[in-house]
Amino acid sequence: MTVIDNTDQRPETIWSEHVSFMDRIPRSIAMGGLLVGFVALWQLIYAIGVVSPIILPGPWETGADIAFVGKNLFTGGYMLTALWITIKEVIFGFAIAITIGFLLGILVGETTFGERAVLPYLVAIDTMPKVAFAPLFLAWLGFGIASKVALAAFIATFPIVVGTAAGLYVADENARMLFKTMGASRFQTLFKMKLPLGLPQIFTGLKIAAVGVMAGAITGEFLGGGKGFGELIRVASSQLNTPRVFSLIIFLSLLGLTLFWSVVWLEKKLVFWHKSSVSGGIGT
Amino acid sequence: MNALQRSAFDGAGLAGRPVYELRGVAKSYARRSIHALDRVDLTLTEGSFSSVIGPSGCGKSTLLKIMAGVLPPTEGSVYLEGTPVTGTRRDIGMMFQQATLFPWRTTLENIVLPIEIRDGKKAARAMHDEARALLDLVGLKGFDSVRPNELSGGMAQRAAICRMLITKPAVLLLDEPFSALDELSRDFMNMELQRICMERNATAFLVTHSIPEAVILSDTVYVMSPRPGNFVEAINIDLPRPRTLDMMTDPKFGEYVRRIRARLDKGAFL
Ligand SMILES: Nc1ncnc2c1ncn2[C@@H]1O[C@H](COP(=O)(O)OP(=O)(O)OP(=O)(O)O)[C@@H](O)[C@H]1O
Ligand SMILES: [Mg+2]
Repeated sequence: MTVIDNTDQRPETIWSEHVSFMDRIPRSIAMGGLLVGFVALWQLIYAIGVVSPIILPGPWETGADIAFVGKNLFTGGYMLTALWITIKEVIFGFAIAITIGFLLGILVGETTFGERAVLPYLVAIDTMPKVAFAPLFLAWLGFGIASKVALAAFIATFPIVVGTAAGLYVADENARMLFKTMGASRFQTLFKMKLPLGLPQIFTGLKIAAVGVMAGAITGEFLGGGKGFGELIRVASSQLNTPRVFSLIIFLSLLGLTLFWSVVWLEKKLVFWHKSSVSGGIGT
Repeated sequence: MNALQRSAFDGAGLAGRPVYELRGVAKSYARRSIHALDRVDLTLTEGSFSSVIGPSGCGKSTLLKIMAGVLPPTEGSVYLEGTPVTGTRRDIGMMFQQATLFPWRTTLENIVLPIEIRDGKKAARAMHDEARALLDLVGLKGFDSVRPNELSGGMAQRAAICRMLITKPAVLLLDEPFSALDELSRDFMNMELQRICMERNATAFLVTHSIPEAVILSDTVYVMSPRPGNFVEAINIDLPRPRTLDMMTDPKFGEYVRRIRARLDKGAFL
């Protein structure tokens, strides 16, 4: 009896895993803290004066310029016109890359012919430094928006091909046999089983492509004739207006992030069933 | 192939209309020229339950795939209801070791998938009530809108049974369907399977590694030799229907198990 009484009086053994102080900081504070630390370091280097202000402007100077560029953008100034051109290049480039990349990916992943004959060529082209094609696109398509769209699409197509083809290989023997025994057509097997199963891989390709399409559009503008944001950056840097270059890059990266987030958002809508559909915590 | 040899494995003495007829079915895989199956003869009569048991890699799955029309044989003929099997057929229901439910579909949508493939989305929706009744039948009432990754292995396998049954197939080909389950749920599922087969007068052919499972379910147990696979013995199980789990303690049951084990030990694992 006494033994039982003793056990009743023992304290509960609720315990929790130890979490280090660093890991307990909420995200907003952790990210804000890092930003403050970075700016402080920047200010320090600037104040010591080891680097010329033309090469590295101070944080306040840059901040003021970011505000200026932001105001120009929001009041519909010439920078908004330039940004709009870049946005158009990126959207057209991405749309073309998705269309071509998806179709090529299905050709490679679904048909033996594609895998045998088309894939080797794709790999060969993919290993080339694609930016080196920019002068060709310029020569073929002129100095307008088309050459930039082409370069952006060219760079972004390959990750989508690879992602789609890899996605189509995901379906295992059991799933294939199940669809066979159900008498599914090739079309049904593709759209009701292989493509949905491959969506995580396809979205990995799309995310890489979203980054590539930005790089392609800006590189295209650098090489000449552009009227977009890349051109603004080129002009600012030729005038040694380093704060302007910085602030333009920051707004450009916002555009890139928006594109990336849109892909992540779509992925979460479509691939809700997949565990790793949360992409590195971005946008969560 | 003489008549005497044929009669040894044909229908194993059970009266009934032949549903499946296999004559001299052999299979070699071109890759590495593996001789997987060696001239198998088999007749399954309507409403019968047969099992095949044999060592790993002896060609059981290969045989099942050939019967289902998923894989062509390299020799011999396969007839189902008198017509040659040269591709997948609608009157066959097949089940594998893995449940293979698709995670973007609810359990109910997974179950009506064969209907959706065959007759389209609208027909599939019309079968929802039927599918719910099947879920009820396998003890998954109320799980219709649950996603498969929230089901346990046994529950997923039960859902897979419903998916097989929704088309009301006259023939069930089962490749170790419950081998991933624990023994208790396995026994339970086997009894369910028997009930369903008897209810629908379905012809079933089961691949298994479990001797007791083969004996408790089957009218005939075929013992297969190691690769190249061939039937070395067909054992008629003379136990009354419906079978119950209590029969496993029957001395007759033990005798069958011993006989099959002896047969497997003799040739199989040497
Ligand atoms: N696609 C294939 N290509 C080449 N060889 C194969 C293929 N599938 C099976 N085999 C070979 O055929 C033989 C029989 O395989 P099968 O899968 O039919 O065996 P099994 O009796 O079902 O074995 P288990 O009990 O382990 O499932 C094996 O030796 C295997 O190596
Ligand atoms: Mg097998």
